[in-house]
Amino acid sequence: MVAAETLTAAPPGVLSLAWLIVLLPLLAFFLIVFLGKRMPAGGAEFGILAVAAVLVLSLLTLWRFVQGGGPYERSFTWAPVGSFTLEIGWYVDGLAAVMFVMVALISFCVQVYSLGYMAGDVRFTWFYAALSLFTGSMLNLVAANNLFQLLVGWELVGVCSYLLIGHWWEEHVNSSSGIKAFITTKTGDVPFVFGIFTLVFATGTANIPRITGAVERGEVAHGLLLAAALLLFGGAIGKSAQFPLHVWLPDAMAGPTPVSALIHAATMVVAGVYLVGRMFAVFSGAAGALGFVSTIAAITMLIAALLAMVQDDIKRVLAYSTVSQLAYMIAGLSLGEAGYTPGLFHMFTHAFFKALLFLAAGSVIHAVHSNDMSEMGGLRKVMPVTFWTFLIGSAALAGIPPLAGFWSKDEIITAAFREGNLGLWAVAMATAVLTAFYMTRAVLLTFFGEYRGHGHPHESPPVMTWPLLVLAAGSVLVGFLGAPQLGAVFADWVHVGTRAHHEPFSYGFAAISVAGAVLGIVAGYRLYARWREREPLRALGPAYTLLERKYFLDDLYWRGIVQPVRDRLSAAVDWSNRAILDGIVHAFARAARLLAAVVHLVDTRAVDGAVNGVAQTTGFTGGLLRYVQSGNVQRYAVFLFTGVILLAFLFTRF
Amino acid sequence: MIRLPLALLFSAALFSIGVYGVLARRNAVMVLMAIELMLNAVNLNLVAFSQYLADLAGQVFALFVIAVAAAEVGIGLAIVILVYRNRETINVDEVNLLRW
Amino acid sequence: MGRRGEPRVTPQEVAFGIVALLGVGAALRLVTARNVVHAALYLVVTLASVGAAYLVLAAEFVGWVQILIYVGAIVILFLFGLMLTKAPIGREALDNQQRGLAALVAVAVLIGLAALVLAAFPWSEARVQTVHVRTADVGAVIFSGYVLPFEAVSFLLLAALVGAVVLARKDEGER
Repeated sequence: MVAAETLTAAPPGVLSLAWLIVLLPLLAFFLIVFLGKRMPAGGAEFGILAVAAVLVLSLLTLWRFVQGGGPYERSFTWAPVGSFTLEIGWYVDGLAAVMFVMVALISFCVQVYSLGYMAGDVRFTWFYAALSLFTGSMLNLVAANNLFQLLVGWELVGVCSYLLIGHWWEEHVNSSSGIKAFITTKTGDVPFVFGIFTLVFATGTANIPRITGAVERGEVAHGLLLAAALLLFGGAIGKSAQFPLHVWLPDAMAGPTPVSALIHAATMVVAGVYLVGRMFAVFSGAAGALGFVSTIAAITMLIAALLAMVQDDIKRVLAYSTVSQLAYMIAGLSLGEAGYTPGLFHMFTHAFFKALLFLAAGSVIHAVHSNDMSEMGGLRKVMPVTFWTFLIGSAALAGIPPLAGFWSKDEIITAAFREGNLGLWAVAMATAVLTAFYMTRAVLLTFFGEYRGHGHPHESPPVMTWPLLVLAAGSVLVGFLGAPQLGAVFADWVHVGTRAHHEPFSYGFAAISVAGAVLGIVAGYRLYARWREREPLRALGPAYTLLERKYFLDDLYWRGIVQPVRDRLSAAVDWSNRAILDGIVHAFARAARLLAAVVHLVDTRAVDGAVNGVAQTTGFTGGLLRYVQSGNVQRYAVFLFTGVILLAFLFTRF
Repeated sequence: MIRLPLALLFSAALFSIGVYGVLARRNAVMVLMAIELMLNAVNLNLVAFSQYLADLAGQVFALFVIAVAAAEVGIGLAIVILVYRNRETINVDEVNLLRW
Repeated sequence: MGRRGEPRVTPQEVAFGIVALLGVGAALRLVTARNVVHAALYLVVTLASVGAAYLVLAAEFVGWVQILIYVGAIVILFLFGLMLTKAPIGREALDNQQRGLAALVAVAVLIGLAALVLAAFPWSEARVQTVHVRTADVGAVIFSGYVLPFEAVSFLLLAALVGAVVLARKDEGER
């Protein structure tokens, strides 16, 4: 293997240990698989230790990077294939460093939380194994310096998602949700792979920095670039649950809540966002690509927010919220250079408060043994820590300053306006209002009023509440990393091009955003402060039905795609396989048996007959001939003399 | 001066009579006698030719034949006596254990 | 018909002819006698006539050896054999059932041999010179050229002697 280093001005230091960040959780996976059952904590020790070490390393990496470590790349040639080489390597720049910290921290909180949430679970050890595998795969995805390695991480996180959604597979709905998630993201992966192929074809390499460099230098034909961008985005649509492939994320809530928090809120689903960010040169280099991205993001953002309003299941509210916020991130990126940092900053902050919201929801579910908000209520009295952290998360999500969500969301909205994309700006504003509305609804239904359920809820144990507190602190503080008043260091770390983009802060836009959020909160309060038996939104009539049936999209997919394929196409293939192919094979078998029977017949009758016949003839002849043996010597002598006479006659005459 | 064919015919006659005796007699001793007859015919032939060809080899051979014939008669009769002891009969027809 | 210088029938021929007739007649009686003892006696006659034929042929040594051995010893052996096997003395059928076939074969043999002989040695031309053979000459031939067969024959006689003794003695404990 040949190493190729891109040395930066300052020696890389801990940046060269990025491979360790990827490897430790994978190592923990193997240790848990082989030794987990025997460990006192069922293997969780390995997972938590590994991710803690990764967290430390990530922080050190970020620290080193911030100090001017510069983008660092190191790769090994794995397999030369003709003129193309497959490599393994890592590329650490600001985006990667920030994501390392994000993934590590969230994974750490989730794994600690799971000690309490998944305690006593039938597959506790495997859960931690899958979590470690996921963490390693996600870190590999982020650290990859070439598209094929990224693809490996991409697919692996998909597999882990499938495994973890179906963790309680004894319930059919859980396993089918896992399959739905996998197949739907796979539908997006097909164009993604073709996008990779297009780029490799166009540039002759799969190495990301080299591709980006080639694109920026204008070496790639526009048609190819546009095709590549759109195809790559297909993968993002699938993985980041954008319209029309968003349908899997709400169903993925069938998995355990820690899984929802880690994978379907903070990390895996942002892989699409990361992809767009990483391959930003491709997207921004192809005219029209970003426009398409923007359109999809706008549609998704709005329809998801609308759907979040009518959910009874608290996790589904958060799921649709995630879809909507992912659209925000992608919308931010679609604005071009100006939106690059805001979009990715929102990804960063969203990880904190969304994971917090999920874990807090999990705490509630764990106490109430139900996901439905109609069976909750009044829980703020018995679960104070959960209540306050959930409230902080909701406020952050709604965009209330000075919490994290405000800084990131506001930047996107402002950038949309500044870039002149008024359509996107309007949709983003509307979505912000809706976001505040449905989160208020969720808070009120869950924590206020009287308890409507049948259990005895109580606060969760510290092992579950401490991660909540950590994430709440994060939700409060990380926003300041992007606050222009404090220097917006995040922009220094994550930017496109060689210089950071520091947008000036606009108090006007901030005020408008906050006003929108307040509007949503007030509307929510008005409708849900008092519990009403009948859902107030039902007053919307058919619109409510449309929302309730998720715009009939699931039905469309089911009837239009899944059923025809499964019931008709698969059945036809199966029939042709059994009737034709198997038929041919069976026909050959029958012919062979027929032939064998004929051969057998020939063998027994003819061959054996001949052999037996010879034997029988011999015996028969012998039976006749033996009468010659009279035992009478004189008779023998007669024969002898007769023979002599004959021979004498013959010898003398002829 | 004897015509050779005369001696040879005498010998042939004796020989064929001996053949008849071998084939037709029942008593084993009778058969042995007929065999002696045949041997004598052969001897006669040898001697006749020996005198015809003036080669003594014929007579020497005849002497050997006489010696061998004597040995053969001795053994033959011993066997006949043994058979008689075991089977109380020397009827050749009845000594046919090797029949089918 | 004879030619001048070629006698037609010589006295030896006549003598030989008489001896031959005697011998053949006795042989015929030998194989058709109903009484075994008679058969043995006819054997004596036959053997003696053969010996006489040797003498007529001037093969003296062989002739007297024939008389000695055959007539003297072998006939006695036969008589002993007949005695020890309680040969039925008296009339009875001594021929078996394939008499006809045997006669046929015998006649065929005779015809075949006669034909051969007469074809090879025409009646009028082949003549035997009855040269007197001295015993010493016979002895010289034997002990010069045929020593090995002589020794072999003596071996044979020894084996026959031992064999006959072994065969004919009674086993201990039997009978």
